This record gives sequence, C-alpha cells and structure tokens, in this order.
Amino acid sequence: MANLRDHMGRPIVAVTGIGVVTSLGVGKTDNWAALTSGKSGIHPITRFPIDQLNTRISGMVDFLPSSSKGASPLTYELAELAGVEAVAEASLDSNDFGGPLFLASPPVELDWAERFSLYNSDKDKDDTAAERLLRVARSLKELDIFETTQFGSIADRLADRLGTRGLPITLSTACASGATAIQLGVEAIRRGECDRALSIGADGSATAEALIRFSLLSALSTHNDIPEKASKPFSRDRDGFVLAEGSGALVLESLEAALARGATILGILGGCGEKADDFHRTRSKPDASPAIAAVRAALADAGLGEDEVDYVNAHGTSTPENDKMEHLALSTVFGERISSMPVSSNKSMIGHTLSAAGAVEAAFSLMTMRESVIPPTINYDNPDPAIVLDVVPNKKRNAGVRTVLSNSFGFGGQNTCLVMAREPV
Amino acid sequence: MSSPRDVVITGIGLVSSLGEGPDTHWQKLAQPGLQPVLEAARFAPYTVHPLPEIDWNLQIAKRGDQRQMETWQRLGTYAAGLALDDAGIKGNDELCTTMDMVVAAGGGERDEAVDAAILAASESRNDRDVLLNEKLTTELRPTLFLAQLSNLLAGNISIVHKVTGSSRTFMGEEGAGVAAVETAAARIRSGQSTHILVGGAFQTEHSDMLLGYELAGYLHRGPWKAVWQRQGTEGGGVVTGSGGAFLVLEQREHAMSRGRKIYAELGPVLSGRARRSRGKLDTEIAALLAQAALPNGKLLALSGASGAHAATTAEKAALDANPAIAARGFSTLTGHMKEAQFPFAVALAALAVDRKAAYPVFDATAEKPFEGIPASVLATAIGYHQFEGMALVNAA
Repeated sequence: MANLRDHMGRPIVAVTGIGVVTSLGVGKTDNWAALTSGKSGIHPITRFPIDQLNTRISGMVDFLPSSSKGASPLTYELAELAGVEAVAEASLDSNDFGGPLFLASPPVELDWAERFSLYNSDKDKDDTAAERLLRVARSLKELDIFETTQFGSIADRLADRLGTRGLPITLSTACASGATAIQLGVEAIRRGECDRALSIGADGSATAEALIRFSLLSALSTHNDIPEKASKPFSRDRDGFVLAEGSGALVLESLEAALARGATILGILGGCGEKADDFHRTRSKPDASPAIAAVRAALADAGLGEDEVDYVNAHGTSTPENDKMEHLALSTVFGERISSMPVSSNKSMIGHTLSAAGAVEAAFSLMTMRESVIPPTINYDNPDPAIVLDVVPNKKRNAGVRTVLSNSFGFGGQNTCLVMAREPV
Repeated sequence: MSSPRDVVITGIGLVSSLGEGPDTHWQKLAQPGLQPVLEAARFAPYTVHPLPEIDWNLQIAKRGDQRQMETWQRLGTYAAGLALDDAGIKGNDELCTTMDMVVAAGGGERDEAVDAAILAASESRNDRDVLLNEKLTTELRPTLFLAQLSNLLAGNISIVHKVTGSSRTFMGEEGAGVAAVETAAARIRSGQSTHILVGGAFQTEHSDMLLGYELAGYLHRGPWKAVWQRQGTEGGGVVTGSGGAFLVLEQREHAMSRGRKIYAELGPVLSGRARRSRGKLDTEIAALLAQAALPNGKLLALSGASGAHAATTAEKAALDANPAIAARGFSTLTGHMKEAQFPFAVALAALAVDRKAAYPVFDATAEKPFEGIPASVLATAIGYHQFEGMALVNAA
C-alpha cells in the first residue's frame, strides 16, 4: 500500500490530468512531438500590422477560432481547451469536475477594437472621449463587451463550463502566475478542503499594446529575421524574450482519492516554494537571494535534498538578466553539481507564455518524467561563457528523470518554484 | 473557545473619502447622521466619493517610489503601510521578511490623454491598427505599464514595506477580496502561515474605472441617494468610492507571543458563486448565511451592498428575512470600493467588536437601531455582478 502522506504528514498531491496548448499546437501529443524534435513555434506576427514595431515576431496562438477576437475570448478558449483535456485525461466529467478552480490569467482591459467601435458609434455630441465612451456604454444592450473587462469573468465562464465548485480564484503573479495557480491547488488539497482541484494558466493577451508595453521596457527580442532562432536562453547573444500565448492545466488530486477511484497517477506535485523580491519592479536582487530562497523553499516543502533533483525546467526567458540571475541562483543552491545537471528551457521553442508559463512548463516537466525524454534548449549555438550549464543543447536527450524543479520568476518580485516527482517519495 | 490557531486581526489600514485610519473611521461612522463626502461635478452624471487629502510621504518615503505608481497602487501601498504600522510590524525585518501577502487587485489606470488622442485621430482614419502602433510606440510612458499592472500593487508593497514572505495577487472584483481573506484565513488556520497582510484598494476617479461598471449600466445617475434607496432611480444603482482596506491577519498564538492588541477574531469566511442568470442569488445568500454559524440573538451586519439593483435587492431581502439582523450599508458613506469592499467590511466589523458598540444607522428609513454590545458582527460583500462572500467577526 502506497504511503498517502508526505514527510510533513500532509496528503500527497498527485497529478491525474494534463492539458496544454501552445503555438506548437493543441494538446499534449502534438506539443510533445514538436517539443522533443526541437521545433520552434515562434513566427512572424500576422494578427495586427507591424508598422513601427521593433519586435515583429511572437509565439502567438493563431489557429483557434478566438485568435482574432481579443484577449479575453482567446484566453478563455485557451483555458477551456487545456482544462477539458486535463479533466478528460483524469477520467473525470468535464462538465462536472467537482473541485475548485484556480485560474492564472492576464489582467483584462477593454480591447482597442471595442474602444474604437464604441467611440465612433456616436460622433454627434461635443464631449470628451471619456464622456462619450461612458454615454455609449450605458446604452449597450448586451453584456459581451462588459464581461471582457471584468477580471473574474473568464473564471466564471470556466466554472460554468467545467462544473467546478465554489468561487473560482483568478490570480496574477505576473510570469509566475501559472505556478501560483498550481500552488494554490496543492495547498487547498493539503488543507483537506477538497480531494481535487483544477489549476489552469492561460494567456491569450498578445495584443499590439501588450507587445509595445514590453518593448518599451526593452524586454523583447528584436531578432526578427529568423523568428524560430530568436529565443535563445543561456546564449551569449540572447536579447530578450519572445512574447507568446498558451495554456496549461493540471488536475491535482490527493493521492488517496486518486488511487481510490483507480486513476492513473501521472506524477506527484511534491513541493512549492515562493519568495518575494523587494529590490526593483522589474529587476531581481543582484545576489539572486529571493530566487535562491524560492528554490530552497520548494525543495524543503517537497522534503528533497539538493542532490535529489534530476532535472531543472528553467524559467530561461532568454533575457540577458533573467538567465544570468537564474544561473546564479541554481549554482548557489546546487553548487558544482549544477554544471552536470540537465537544465533546459521550453521557452526556446514556445516563447514566454507569461501568465500561462508556470502551468505550461509544469505540464512539460511531468511529461519529461513520464516519457524519460528531456526536451532541449534550442538555438544554443553561441553559449554564454559566464553561464556554464548543461542546457541539453539543441537535441532532446533520453534520460530517466525522477524529479524536476520548475522555476518561475516574474515582474513585481514574484518567484515561485515547483518540485515534481515521478513517483511518491 | 479560543484556540492557538484562531485567526485574529491585529492591524487595520483604512482609507476612504471619510479619511484614513481605524480611529478616524470609527469616530466618523459612530456619529449619528454623518453626511457622505461627495463629488458630483467631475464625473457628472455620476457621483463619486473622492479620496481624502493624503500625504503620501507618510507611508511611501521615497518620491522615486511614489512616481513609479499610479494612484491606485499608491493608495493600496499607503493603506497597507497603515495596517502594518497598526500591527507593529512595519520596520520589523524579521516579521516583514516572513510575512505572507494576498492582495485583491484590479488595475488598468490607463493614460487618459494618450487614449483620447488616439480616439480623436480614429475619427478620420480607417487604418486604426496602424494608428495604434504609431501612437502607442511614441506616446506611452514606458513605466506606465508597471504603474498600473495588477500584481505590482503587491510588488510595490514588497519594495516599500519589505513584506517578502510571499506575494499573491487575486483578481475578480469583490470576489477577489473575498477569496483573498478566505485563503489567508485558511492558511493561518492550517498552519501554512503565521501572519498575512491581506487587502485591496480601488481608485474610482478615472474614467476607465467608471467604464468598467457602466458597460453594463451599473452606475447610479442623478441625485445621490443612500445605498438602499436607489431602486427605481435613474441608472444601475452603484455609486463608487475611492479607498483601500488592508488587514493584518495573524495566528492567535503568534499575536499573543509578541504581545499585540487583538481587534477581533475572524470566524468563518464563506464564499460563493451563485448562478445569477438562473435566479439563484437569493438562495445562495441564504445558504451562506446558514453556513456562517450566526450566533443566537440580535446581530449587527456590515453590508458591502453596492446598490446594484438586482444584487442589492436580493441581499436586502435575505438580511431582512432574519429579524435579528441589523444591517449597515456602509457604501452609503464610502461608496463602492470593488476589490477593497470585503476587506473594508471585515475591518469595520472588527472595529465595532473592538469598541464594543454598534454603528448608528447610516440610513434611518431602511436600517434599524442596534442597542448593546455586538460580540459578533457579520460582514458581507455580494458582488454587483458576480461572486458573493461573508464572514463572521467575533470578540477577541
């Protein structure tokens, strides 16, 4: 009989369903095939004109019905697709999931298309833009536009669609959001509030304005000429991340409940760690101490020693600063062993899926263990001599992986790390 | 029976049109017949409860930090500082670096001048996507993105007040405030945390913040009325207010070991998602009330009712159905503060418990007096559009 409690006496949390959508495709099968063959999903932007833009490439999800309909509809569709895939894999009812929902999604705003349309629908009055928008707004007969501006509406619709229980939580911890959604699910199960939880990270917010905002912060790669080569984590000539979209979903379940209903255990969510950084709004503390603390907290939460991590699914954004800081954090925690530990970045192929990234990369981490294949860091042609890591360069590697550390670091001092295992420890 | 793992409230930070701090709010709200502070001209036909005069330097020492935030983030960071001060945690490195944080956030304070210029230009151009690129790449202030971004309220609290144990931001109007308090309390009760900063802020004096309600016609128009008196009047019933509310929640044992004053114990926190389109809000509110373990006898209730017609009617009916409940609709005096509404309700409930006195009626025609000492006080936030929550706050 399996041990059902962890080293701290808490219920062990298993993963029984996984769903994923990225620019590489819909679903685990297509994504995994592309990811392990080193295929990039980064491509030229076609969703909006690229006039005046310094960055003209992205990892947008352009093949869904909602891809051209705005950030809220696309984020919903991405979340729904991943959620349904995960719930179905868990052999649960995708209309009646029966546990809480934790959704990581981007902050919403009224889309420009709607703003233009509202403004230009009533040109007669001599009033300010704000007055006109408000006047037109209050005569609208449908709630469609309104709902795209409510921060809780995507989760509310998902709760209806998937039959989750209670008030769904929508959260944002910037680029760590997906990992936080998983952490909230793990904590709820450990507290005994539920037997299962659905954690989803989804981001379909790659609008022109989003791209420009990140561009103005000099965060994006401008290697436009060969899009698939632009994201090059840990390379000497990395110059920023590639804005991308996607979604990841995990069905989390107490091991006890999962075994009791005969579910297939896809992996164990062993530990979560976090630490906030008080240094700067976008930059990390130069000594990487918050990231170090987050990694150590995750290991401690999982009851694992530093020598028990087989593989690191890196945050690896391909920005000059993140990759340097992440290397410092990892080499501090793991010491000399880091140079021989595989550390790869999925973002080299799918770009940075922002609010979804932590969930997407947790999904890929679990598949790495199940398939005994480590996806590569592609575009590793020009290693940064200051970052000595085994990045699993350019080609997948067959290797047994028992445990994974997945890092997520975000603007606003957000640092969240997850530790996953193939089997209950 | 008190337990070492009870959740207690040891710090309160409040800002509203009435002023700042728990003492000011108590003194004002305890005055019978207090009149609201209203701004009826700037956003006509809408009335709002504006921010009071605030000396930001008192909680955000560096001008450089103040400049990196739009008003909403500044307001939240300020209110969070008040709560930390009140709990004796501000400046205590050990307590701040181990303190967890859950912020209920909105965001989206856009540059109104840039937007207006783009909209004006759109009247004469059909290539609006190109227009957007032209204007946004040249006219957006690079730091504005962060200064209005949802999770950067928490980020700024970390930077300014050094709260760095953990940082989570929940989104979703009133429901975010409910879930933030509920999650924080659950973490303390289960031993996952010992002390948590939780709360939110809302800065309504920005056209996009009004638009967020008015796209569904939720705002009240015409002459101001108390929150329970807006049915059948022009508009949707919501009068908004700028404000913020942060609480320091602490494990009882942790608070006692450092000898802190305890305002109140936070009892059950309940949340729900009624299928409102199916007419289920009444039964959901009744179900939450049933779960709240209401004490026998009369009960003071701090209602976060927004004034939104359907939700406020349903809440009033549910509260009126229990003759023991004496409700106080505090939005009459503060306006509706969205994400901050539930933390604000809990804070006012804790103050009444602590001061051993009820608030007088805020609306003599709709509310009934409460005599005696309120040992337990109910706090509610029924969302103007979606999500519901309530909590019972008990004497320490």
